[in-house]
Amino acid sequence: MASHGIKDQVAIIGMGCTQFREHWDKGVDDLLIDSATAAFDSAGVAKDDVDAFWLGTASSGMSGLTLSQPLKLEGKPVTRVENFCATGSEALRQASYAVASGAYDMAMAVGVEKIKDSGYQGLNAAPAPHDGTKRNLTAAAMYSLVLPAYAARYGVDEDELRMVVAKIAEKNHRNGALNPLAQFRREMPAEKICEMASVAGRLSVFDCSGVADGSAAAIVVRAEDAHKYCDDPLYIKALSFVSGTGGGLIDPDYDYTTFPECEMAGADAYRQAGIDDPRSALAMAEVHDCFTPTEMVLMEDLGFCERGTAWKEVLAGTFERTGDMPINTDGGLKAFGHPVGASGLRMHYECWLQLRNKAGEDRQIDLSNRNLGLVHNLGGYPGEMVSFVSILGPEQG
Amino acid sequence: MRGIISFGGYVPYRRLDRSAIAAVMGQGGARGTRSVASYDEDTTTMGVEAARLALRPVDAEPRALWFATADPAYLEKTNATAIHAALRLDSSVGALDFGGAVRSGIGALRTALDAKGPTMVVTADIRGGLPTGADEAAGGDGAAAFLVGTEDDGPVVAELLGSASATEEFVDRWRQPGSPSTGQWEERFGETRYGPLAAQAWKEALGAAGIEAADVDVAVVTGSHSRAVKRVAGQIGVARVADDLSAAVGNAGTAHPGLVLANELEQAEPGQTIAVVMLADGVEALILRTTDALAEFTPGLPVADQIADGAEVSYATFLQWREMIQVQPPNRPEPTRPSSSAAARAQDWKYGFVGSRGTESGTLHLPPARVSIRPEDELDAMDPAPMADVGATVVTFTIDRLVYSVSPPVVFAVVDFDGGGRLPVELTDVDPDAVRIGQRVEMTFRRLYEAEGINNYFWKARPARSGSSSE
Repeated sequence: MASHGIKDQVAIIGMGCTQFREHWDKGVDDLLIDSATAAFDSAGVAKDDVDAFWLGTASSGMSGLTLSQPLKLEGKPVTRVENFCATGSEALRQASYAVASGAYDMAMAVGVEKIKDSGYQGLNAAPAPHDGTKRNLTAAAMYSLVLPAYAARYGVDEDELRMVVAKIAEKNHRNGALNPLAQFRREMPAEKICEMASVAGRLSVFDCSGVADGSAAAIVVRAEDAHKYCDDPLYIKALSFVSGTGGGLIDPDYDYTTFPECEMAGADAYRQAGIDDPRSALAMAEVHDCFTPTEMVLMEDLGFCERGTAWKEVLAGTFERTGDMPINTDGGLKAFGHPVGASGLRMHYECWLQLRNKAGEDRQIDLSNRNLGLVHNLGGYPGEMVSFVSILGPEQG
Repeated sequence: MRGIISFGGYVPYRRLDRSAIAAVMGQGGARGTRSVASYDEDTTTMGVEAARLALRPVDAEPRALWFATADPAYLEKTNATAIHAALRLDSSVGALDFGGAVRSGIGALRTALDAKGPTMVVTADIRGGLPTGADEAAGGDGAAAFLVGTEDDGPVVAELLGSASATEEFVDRWRQPGSPSTGQWEERFGETRYGPLAAQAWKEALGAAGIEAADVDVAVVTGSHSRAVKRVAGQIGVARVADDLSAAVGNAGTAHPGLVLANELEQAEPGQTIAVVMLADGVEALILRTTDALAEFTPGLPVADQIADGAEVSYATFLQWREMIQVQPPNRPEPTRPSSSAAARAQDWKYGFVGSRGTESGTLHLPPARVSIRPEDELDAMDPAPMADVGATVVTFTIDRLVYSVSPPVVFAVVDFDGGGRLPVELTDVDPDAVRIGQRVEMTFRRLYEAEGINNYFWKARPARSGSSSE
């Protein structure tokens, strides 16, 4: 038994991504049609060329009909998948395995979420029937527990740490400001974020991801077929997923300064891809910055820096777009927005652009020494989460 | 001889300064404070707290559970069953409601003293009235529980010497179901009825006890007609009339005679004679004598300590909690009703706060699990782990201003239980600014919310105020 991965067996040949924002004038169907059409165009294929579809949505529809009806897919298998906020990545993972297995020649992963039709603020999922004993707490409040825990464990002043995570939001807003598809195009200084009212622990609204509607899509084929469609495909080096035991919630040894599910998913992905030192191998990473402390902790869980040092690296500018380890160059969940089922594929879309040198002059990262990218996508809460990690590159081998 | 084996009074944490009423409304109010049930408390949850306190000092197990309140959380459905579940009583123990009338509390106690087998009598009430009215200021919220039985069931700390009842139909106080306020007839009329009824019941009770009024050391005199209560207290000829707790707690209605009696028993010496006289649609009278066993009895948490330990609630918040004013809720979905079948399957967890513990690892699982988080435990190798009376310490906490709550913000903590085990849990009876890491907490049974008419009961943690949670 082992997680072997499918390194270099599958390639992305086309992607599409809608603008992420409050799409008051577009419904789920419109968003799906827009991202799928963009992906078809990008790959130079028609919908009938695709053999099977995986649709990721957390709560904007059920079953494959959510996709097959608006796209009028004739006689095709469509599978709806859901895995919390890692739903979009899950769709890509399933589509990739389907192609790698030989069951289909060409598969498509589409992620979508229509958040803003609920009439409520924030993300809201309808709960399954329950016994009434589940905790009543927002994700923001759960992630706010990271700050005091991290400050205590590593002896960092809590006010300083608060500024550190505000710097993460500032960076992601700076990146989003350059990105025409991002929800928020305005820079936001960290000092201003620190002055805002707290909504959960010490976190302000600007420490939380943007609430947006949107959709993104990818088309995959077996690697040997990739050049039939595309001069510069993006190869999948690793796909890993860890669904936790939830033990962190009841384990007195868990201290809220790390997400073990993410660390495990990262380690598995590095094994699959043959990466020993992620910091020197990766040119960029798109990580799940649902709340600012999450991004900080992920830098350590994914091995980008030593434990207890991420806060210093943030202040040193390491994770800036022009820094040594660019993180969330598209603005991340913070500034690009977070339509749950679409986000994982949006992260891959940024790799699709950056790693193929197509991000545009004002946004393009330096690929002169490294050309691998990582996508990290999680769902859930500290102590009980699912985590996805993929690694992508423009070259085989 | 049948009597009281154990008892516990419960006074909720919050106090309304009665002068705050006039400060806002320009009229109403009075001096002193009244106790206020929190937004997440109802008569059932307060009954659970009183009954837990009453069971803490003794080994005895009730064979019947009777619950009396004039403010039932449910009609139609028995409320005593939730208390039964929270106390983890055997399914063969009957649970009955004595519903509706203020008199039903003392009535249940007197009936239990005449009945068979160890019987737990739980009384609770939430008293209010329209803003600026006398009942709003004079009322109080609280609960009292008594385990009644014979020496066969456990050491009796106060035996019943005699009792009596006097009944007459007259409309002095009344309330339509669902109404926020109680009507009262012109006071002087009630006084003319209560006087003779009290004299009759008092004489009969003394006769049944075979004593004179002068032999009574202290009398607890309470009721729903304050002038008549005052007059009767002055006329019955006992050495001392008990402090009726009106200055700090107010009149807790159905629970009031029990609460005042509990307070007296906590201060009494063995061999004292204590009378209880309750005026409500007639008169109930009990005469008890404390036994030598009282000297060995340690209360779960004395009423006086609970009174001393309160914290203020603003008049605006009080009005909101009593649904006299509506405030804008956060723009978030309201919680959904709990599933009856899911709740029934989880009864021991939801009502009894029972987790499970791996037989090999000893690791505590909250909620109970079949598969352990530790590999050394085999499937289903778990023992029940009752945690309701285990103290805990705050490891970390947060304030959630976004989540839906009847009374935001939600204060949430990760707590570690003494002896191992952890739970992220909502805190209650706490000011957000006063929470700190290392704080001692204890579990308390609460109504988390109501949805579609179904009350969702579960446990929260509150800053420790009882001896049980000391490390």
